[in-house]
Amino acid sequence: MKVIYILWLRQLKRYLRSRSRIIGSLGQPLLFLVALGFGFGPIFQKAGGGNYLEFLAPGIIAMSILFTALFSGIEIIWDRQFGFLKEMMVAPVSRLKIMFGRTLGGATVAVLQGVIVFLLSLLIGFRPQSFNLLLPALIFMFLIALLFAALGTAIASLLKDMQGYSLIMNFLVMPIFFLSGALFPLNNLPGVIETIARIDPLSYGVDALRGSLLANGAHFGLMTDSLVLVVIVAILLALGSYLFSRMEV
Amino acid sequence: MIEIKNLVKKFGDFTAVDNISFTVQDGEIFAFLGPNGAGKTTTIRMLTTLLHPTSGEIRLNDHDAVKDSGGARHSFGIVFQDPSLDDELTAWENLELHGVLYGVEKKLRHERMIELLNLVELWDRKNELVKNFSGGMKRRLEIARGLIHHPKIFFLDEPTLGLDPQTRNHIWNYIKNLNQKEQITIFFTTHYMEEAEKSAHKIAIIDYGQIVAQGTMEELKSQYNNRSLEEIFLDLTGHDIRAASATAVDHLRARRQRWHR
Repeated sequence: MKVIYILWLRQLKRYLRSRSRIIGSLGQPLLFLVALGFGFGPIFQKAGGGNYLEFLAPGIIAMSILFTALFSGIEIIWDRQFGFLKEMMVAPVSRLKIMFGRTLGGATVAVLQGVIVFLLSLLIGFRPQSFNLLLPALIFMFLIALLFAALGTAIASLLKDMQGYSLIMNFLVMPIFFLSGALFPLNNLPGVIETIARIDPLSYGVDALRGSLLANGAHFGLMTDSLVLVVIVAILLALGSYLFSRMEV
Repeated sequence: MIEIKNLVKKFGDFTAVDNISFTVQDGEIFAFLGPNGAGKTTTIRMLTTLLHPTSGEIRLNDHDAVKDSGGARHSFGIVFQDPSLDDELTAWENLELHGVLYGVEKKLRHERMIELLNLVELWDRKNELVKNFSGGMKRRLEIARGLIHHPKIFFLDEPTLGLDPQTRNHIWNYIKNLNQKEQITIFFTTHYMEEAEKSAHKIAIIDYGQIVAQGTMEELKSQYNNRSLEEIFLDLTGHDIRAASATAVDHLRARRQRWHR
């Protein structure tokens, strides 16, 4: 437990110390909220979708969790490049513990980031319709974070350096975000897009956040969302641990 | 004690370490020399459980490095060739993390951290982030870190690389002191022959994956007509300049080219 705790703490300290990174990574969600929220608001309203900012905010919270969590996992590549990975790997602790400590730390950092974006969205004008589901919302945020931190670990275990970065960004992270229903409702979509959205794990995360923050927000329903998220988190944690255990330093 | 028997490591059909055997006794300072790409780092990686040998046996203080890697890991400390500190943490936090990873109890851990930080003269900078440290300070901190769990064996992979003579001198004084006071077995690699000549009780020279000479300085000198270690080294390993660490890969590449021709 102590080992997992100290590695969790390490991730947290690294995050809290890089103030410029925290502020920098708030720029994008803020821009999305303002530009898309106010830009598409009138059309969305006319089309009968209701308040777009309300619809959008949970999606943008999920987005910032996705980015932060995935890259905290991928940071293992930095640990390898800066040599710190070797220090962890020669220590008499199982790799499973190392992986769990890191992943939990990364997930916690991502939830913090998500909470900050949530507070920002309140400033801009987002009004959750029920505050009593705030705790479930927090749990869903943690599930999303855990899912993508584990995915990041799995990816990092397969890569040797950061050269695959733009590949991952453009062919994995961006599609996961844009095709998840974070920006648009999943009703009446063309078949292909709907299928992709159904496969995309972030769709269920966004849906769960909407379900807990807004009245009649959920498309799939909170039960389905929870079930899908928990199962995928379990699979990715297992996959991440397996790949990490085989990683050569 | 380090016991190595018939150790082999192959990468594909390239043999990086070719059937080497040697023993390092308790409390000995052992220098492991060789040109770039001779198999030094591969050997150290196997000794420190980071790489599985293709065949052969490694015992560290009676722990089998492959079958009982946990026990083996508890019994050694290491300073890697490249820095391996977390730059975003302070000196104190780096040591703390190491102590927890090695399961050293809090009270004992902090006692040792204070003692070691004083030993390497970094006590007054313990709360500074490591990224602000110079190369020599980082090295000293890594030496302190490697000793927190009181290892019986200390591996040092080119511990003085890129340091000025003052710092090198300093670091060697710590190492020799430790060896004398605590009877820690020291296994080190270096490209500075005079370091091996001055500090090592025993020396082994590896080239092309094989040990070409080993013994005490006196033994080597009498065997090769009483010259300096540098001359013996050059005689045994030739005067050609070797490619840096890419050698193993280069061999593979050369082979692949031949294959495809």
